[in-house]
Amino acid sequence: MLEIADLSVRYGKHTALDGINATVGAGEMVAILGANGAGKSSLLGAVGGRVKPASGTIRYKGADLLALPQHQLVEEGIALVPEGRGIFPAMSVEDNLSLGALPRRAQAGAAQRRDEVFALFPKLAQRRAQVAGTMSGGEQQMVAIGRALMSAPDLLLLDEPSLGLAPIVAQELFAALGRIRAGGLTVMIVEQNAAATLALADRAYLLEAGRIIGAGPAAQLRNDPAVAAAFLGGAPAA
Amino acid sequence: MRIFLTYALPLAALALLAIAPLYASAYQLGLLLGIATYVTLASAWALFSGHTRYISLATVAFYGTGAYTVAVLNESLPYPMVLATAGLIGAGLALVVGLSTLRLAGIYFVIFSFGLSELIRELITWYEVNVTGTLGRYIFLDLTPQDIYWQMLGLGAVTIALTAWIHRRRLGLALRVIGDDETVAAHSGIHLARVKLIAFVLASTIITLAGAIASPRWVYVEPSIVFNPTVSFLTVIMALLGGANRLWGPALGAVPLFLIFEWLSSDFPDTYPILLGLLFIGVVFLLPHGVLAGIEQLRQRRKA
Repeated sequence: MLEIADLSVRYGKHTALDGINATVGAGEMVAILGANGAGKSSLLGAVGGRVKPASGTIRYKGADLLALPQHQLVEEGIALVPEGRGIFPAMSVEDNLSLGALPRRAQAGAAQRRDEVFALFPKLAQRRAQVAGTMSGGEQQMVAIGRALMSAPDLLLLDEPSLGLAPIVAQELFAALGRIRAGGLTVMIVEQNAAATLALADRAYLLEAGRIIGAGPAAQLRNDPAVAAAFLGGAPAA
Repeated sequence: MRIFLTYALPLAALALLAIAPLYASAYQLGLLLGIATYVTLASAWALFSGHTRYISLATVAFYGTGAYTVAVLNESLPYPMVLATAGLIGAGLALVVGLSTLRLAGIYFVIFSFGLSELIRELITWYEVNVTGTLGRYIFLDLTPQDIYWQMLGLGAVTIALTAWIHRRRLGLALRVIGDDETVAAHSGIHLARVKLIAFVLASTIITLAGAIASPRWVYVEPSIVFNPTVSFLTVIMALLGGANRLWGPALGAVPLFLIFEWLSSDFPDTYPILLGLLFIGVVFLLPHGVLAGIEQLRQRRKA
């Protein structure tokens, strides 16, 4: 569904991404792992239209993604949950979700999808009238993911969804991501929490200093001592 | 009750304001006109800036352009044509300015918009001195103060009605979302540049028309009079005082502040700028989200 070839991103003299090749197949959940500054967010930024690459191509459903303006991506089925939530704090949960259904492709069937989002996150159903800005960090992240799902995406981009969340809240979030993945949606997720992400994803790419230093099925990476040393704090994943 | 508040009350107020000049003294009419002007300016300013949070100090750039257009054309074109031309010039200017600057974020946009007002004033001064050789123009139009007031009242009413209409449309939602988070707005399928440009051009055209309508009151016009930066600052502070992201907020801020400014500038002409500065600081400090939001907060606190 997504083919990234020879992608490089530079900020002035600094090279954030250096010749990245990666693919995401339909129905797959692909994780991008790496430390701070490895280039994870630049990679997702390039796919999300926020970052203009210096060179390389990104093809989505066979078409040139880089030729599309940012506001067109959602109409093509790409939904982004940006780092740091990305909700509308002054609006209610319900209004935040309605906003997700703003694109033309999402207008039909919006009510049904909202029920699906509420089924996925029962907490949101209980608090549909609450102003989103007054909710906890984990609940806000649910609103952000719910808003993205409302746009009827074919590809969901998640940028550090567990960032800043308490471990128990993050656990709840990963459980919900597991249910989203089980529903067959294609997902590309950038995370620092390697253990939880590898437990969930089909495949993963390991980024370091703007290059891919490893790739493979998540199950295999989980048991790779090198990966454990670099990303899992040395301890083998459970 | 809702219909009464949304339609009947504003329309009744408008009718009262429309017949007010028949009973007002010349001084009172002057005050009414001033209030109508600033309600229009603050509401138009908020139409763009209230939700997007792009603080514009370019109000006087457009206001002055409208006034100056009338000063240049008032003897060569019939009055309605002069107004239409002023509106077109305002819209054209806003289009050029908007296309080149709405990518600027935050403080850069504020500084640019301030610079724009100064630039236009200096350009016109330069042109008048070096090309036409006249600094200062006269406006002789057969308009009574009542005529001017009614036009301004109409423009103000249209501005508020237009704002109410936009708030209920996709455009209004888009503006609100842009003010909160541009990345998410773009990823919700909102064409950022187009939405911002539409709102900026609408607001700027109204502000230009306000300048054109108000200008006959001056009779004598020169760049330093019509491009007085205080107009921009007053507009911002009025909108902020009332609450820039609410329909009636700017109007609610404009009425008391205009009256206070009138009183200060006539009774304390020397210390007026200092008092003005203190008032600005006070508003931003005490009511960062406006009076309406402040009242709501008080109510909630009482309930709790």
